[in-house]
Amino acid sequence: MSTPAIELREVHKRFGKTQIINGVDLAVAQGERHAIIGPNGAGKSTLFNLISGRYPLTSGSILLNGEDVTGLQAFQINRKGLSRSFQVTNIFQRLSVFENIRCAVLWSLGYRYSFWHRLGGLKDANRRAEEVMERIGLAKRRNVPAGTLTYAEQRALEIGITIAGGASVILLDEPTAGMSRTETGHVVELVRTITEGKTLVMVEHDMGVVFGLADRISVLVYGEVLATGAPEEIRANPAVQEAYLGALHKETNHAGGSHA
Amino acid sequence: MEFFLISLLNGISYGLLLFMLSAGLTLIFSLMGVLNFAHASFYMLGAYFAYQTSLYIGFWPALAIAPILVGAFGMAVERFGLRTVHKHGHVAELLLTFGLAYLIEEAVHLIWGRSSVEYKIPPDLDGPLFILYTTSFPMYRGFMMLIAVSMLVSLWLLLTRTRIGLVIQAALTHPQTVEALGHNVPRVFMLVFGGGAALAGLAGVIGGNAFVTEPGMAALVGPVVFVVVVVGGMGSLAGAFIASLLIGCLQTFAVALDWSLAGLLERFGVIVASSSPFYAVAKLTLAQTAPVLPYLLMVLILIFRPKGLMGTREG
Amino acid sequence: MRYRPVNLGRWVLWGGTAVLLAVLPLVFTASATITLLSQMCTFIIFALAYNMLLGQGGMLSFGHAVYSGLGSYFAVHALNLIAKGSLALPVTLLPLVGGVAGVLFGVLFGYVTTRRAGTTFAMISLGIGEMVFACSLMFPGFFGGEGGITTNRVVGRPFLGVTYGPGVQVYYLIAIWLMLCMAAMFAWTQTPLGRMANAVRDNPERAEFIGYDPNMVRFLTLVISSFFAGVSGGLATINFEIVTAENVSALRSGGVLFATFIGGVGFFVGPIVGGIIFIYCVVSLSLFTKAWLLYLGLFFVGMVLYAPGGIASLVAMHVPVLRARLMHLLWRPYAAAAAAGLVLLAGIVTAVEVTYHYSLEGNINPQTSLAGIAFSVTDAAPWLAALALLAAGGASFAWAWRGVRRAWDAIMLQLQERAG
Repeated sequence: MSTPAIELREVHKRFGKTQIINGVDLAVAQGERHAIIGPNGAGKSTLFNLISGRYPLTSGSILLNGEDVTGLQAFQINRKGLSRSFQVTNIFQRLSVFENIRCAVLWSLGYRYSFWHRLGGLKDANRRAEEVMERIGLAKRRNVPAGTLTYAEQRALEIGITIAGGASVILLDEPTAGMSRTETGHVVELVRTITEGKTLVMVEHDMGVVFGLADRISVLVYGEVLATGAPEEIRANPAVQEAYLGALHKETNHAGGSHA
Repeated sequence: MEFFLISLLNGISYGLLLFMLSAGLTLIFSLMGVLNFAHASFYMLGAYFAYQTSLYIGFWPALAIAPILVGAFGMAVERFGLRTVHKHGHVAELLLTFGLAYLIEEAVHLIWGRSSVEYKIPPDLDGPLFILYTTSFPMYRGFMMLIAVSMLVSLWLLLTRTRIGLVIQAALTHPQTVEALGHNVPRVFMLVFGGGAALAGLAGVIGGNAFVTEPGMAALVGPVVFVVVVVGGMGSLAGAFIASLLIGCLQTFAVALDWSLAGLLERFGVIVASSSPFYAVAKLTLAQTAPVLPYLLMVLILIFRPKGLMGTREG
Repeated sequence: MRYRPVNLGRWVLWGGTAVLLAVLPLVFTASATITLLSQMCTFIIFALAYNMLLGQGGMLSFGHAVYSGLGSYFAVHALNLIAKGSLALPVTLLPLVGGVAGVLFGVLFGYVTTRRAGTTFAMISLGIGEMVFACSLMFPGFFGGEGGITTNRVVGRPFLGVTYGPGVQVYYLIAIWLMLCMAAMFAWTQTPLGRMANAVRDNPERAEFIGYDPNMVRFLTLVISSFFAGVSGGLATINFEIVTAENVSALRSGGVLFATFIGGVGFFVGPIVGGIIFIYCVVSLSLFTKAWLLYLGLFFVGMVLYAPGGIASLVAMHVPVLRARLMHLLWRPYAAAAAAGLVLLAGIVTAVEVTYHYSLEGNINPQTSLAGIAFSVTDAAPWLAALALLAAGGASFAWAWRGVRRAWDAIMLQLQERAG
């Protein structure tokens, strides 16, 4: 039994008087693809923000590859091998697509705050950035300022920036949000290939994506984990069905589905 | 004791003046995210307008007219200036008000010249209010405090008891929500900016003749107002109040004290030689350091409590 | 941000600049002009350093003169030590003293200021600037009080026969430092730190999530910028041989902000263009009119309102038009706007100058002249003329501007169609 990639122990988060995360215990194994689902407002994005260091915990602890990273700053956690994407696209609008990705590889290649290296001459950084650009399918838009890309292209760039640094643990926050069926299909394939051999934790609403990609699923309701397990178990779980039934049913009936 | 009380009263009256300025600045900043670099310029305009008006029709009408003029000018600035650059972001808005500060100062040079003008305290208010021990406390200072306090009470009542006040309070923390509810937020912005300007103008009317009315007066008091806002905490009226009084008293007391580090050490029998490298620092009197004290306070706050005393909103 | 030097083009550009700098004093031989050129070159270094913060790093500072001014002060004291023989440093390398001083204070003040961003950073920089300025009056030993500190640059051993006595020698020294600093600052924009400064400017939060501490990036940017600001200050010491409290004043800080912004913060050449215009206004325009700062202020506010990208961006805007050979659509509307603009400008200038003369000397000596036309400010004529020019200029400019807008709309349409 090797150390889990991510482990949450008794995590609580309170904003003022409102308890958002109410005692979450979670362990994600190395190399696992784990999806977190739940109704809106359950605290999924907050959980991501806690893990990646964007918000401080109220209590509890978070371990990354067995190391306690509670209270560390976001950039410190990132340097330890965890990278995340954002639900609302969070890119460097004035830099080109290529520059966006190249920035994301700089730290992991050890260039840090160097002002004595010439960017054009950094073969490893440039090669890696080109590779990632190819993978996410934006090679043709290399020099376009990121702010002028289409929505789907920006989401792809978002994922590209997240994985460019070679992090071993990847958090994707609703990667297919707002996408059409075909675009979703592309993203799912992309996610599948780029997370080979890495640990993936994903927040998603699209049940087709979840059940297609995830090895294990956790259901988050009102800041607590209702159930964790393999997709079939979750689908068959009566408590999950009760808390989430309408949503599950709605989501898995895509075409022509009526909205309540 | 006498020195302490008089200085305290003077410090409070100066602090109240600072609060009139920083309250307007805080409201504008909290509501619109705009740091009005030209706020002290509105203060100056209030003084000059009051001077010019009082030449024709006396001080008391000027007291009412000058702030209205400044307020109208402020609304025009918002309508034709800020609204145009709003889409370019906060930095552009800040730069606009920055350029405006220069323009206003140059316009004042143009119209009223570069030296000070004789904006005098009206004779009815000139004289001692009461005599404390041996020093007389001027009536005008009391008048200043009265105007300042009544203006601030009215402001508080406006914010908490009227509908427009409610809208402003809501927009202080959630401007987009307020707009989504259908309120004419651009009009609210214009009114708040104009109101803040009028408040600054009123401060100028009552401050201009107590202190000097000259084109450099904006540059003298402007940075101190910014320090007040940073120390009090961006976006907090209560913080601005505390910081205003604190800094007002700090400067007033310091200016009157001749204490120095060398003097203090001398009491313990330590004489600092004039050749020692610390002599320059040690022989500085508190009075000489008075201009620097607000900024030192700001640096300390930034190191130990970066959000300010009661800060709520990040820049 | 477009930094796209084509390789051959890059050599041509830099080489051409070097040649231009070398040749200028041979064309403009008047010593006053050479001093002006020296001042421009010194200021350009300062403006480029400032744009590292503003354009590259997204940090608006109201107190950058602190670093250049303290650099000047340290340099002037060093120069006086050289004169006394206590310091064996060639005058040629004096700007390094300024640079080191800049770095020291950049580290000291940067620690406090870069923990916050945006508007708060701007205000803190203002406070620190005022603090240093206030200190300058408190420590007359170092700052020289009201009179400042004077010095003599013709000290130490001559370097290859160069004593820096004649102004033209100083100019070449400054020009060489300018080339070196420009090259260094441009090179910085092509380094990891430089690029991350851009990233932190665009999205500090995302920069954290790719492993960078935004505060550290900003801090290092400030420190490097203050080095070059200090170098600029050291050169100013050599040029003027006097340093006063004005060197650390809010006016200086405001000036470099004006200049950089007018030139255009989004382009490397922006501060260069802005610096040239600004120094010209400060030195030359001020000889013609007392209202030069008012005009500059109007120009600045106008740019903030209508062209926040600066002059460089206005020029860059026309590059795709030139490429698509559509410039001919703009000649007529521009000519009309220029003519109307001139009338409007004449109106503004007349109004301002007449008012100035009236308020300054209206009672004593009402006679004055403008553009060769004599008049008395107590008559109605000049006031009516100003009003008429303003009205006519304003109306015709508004009309001509509509024409410009229409031409641009047509061009944008054509460009979009051609892009497919």
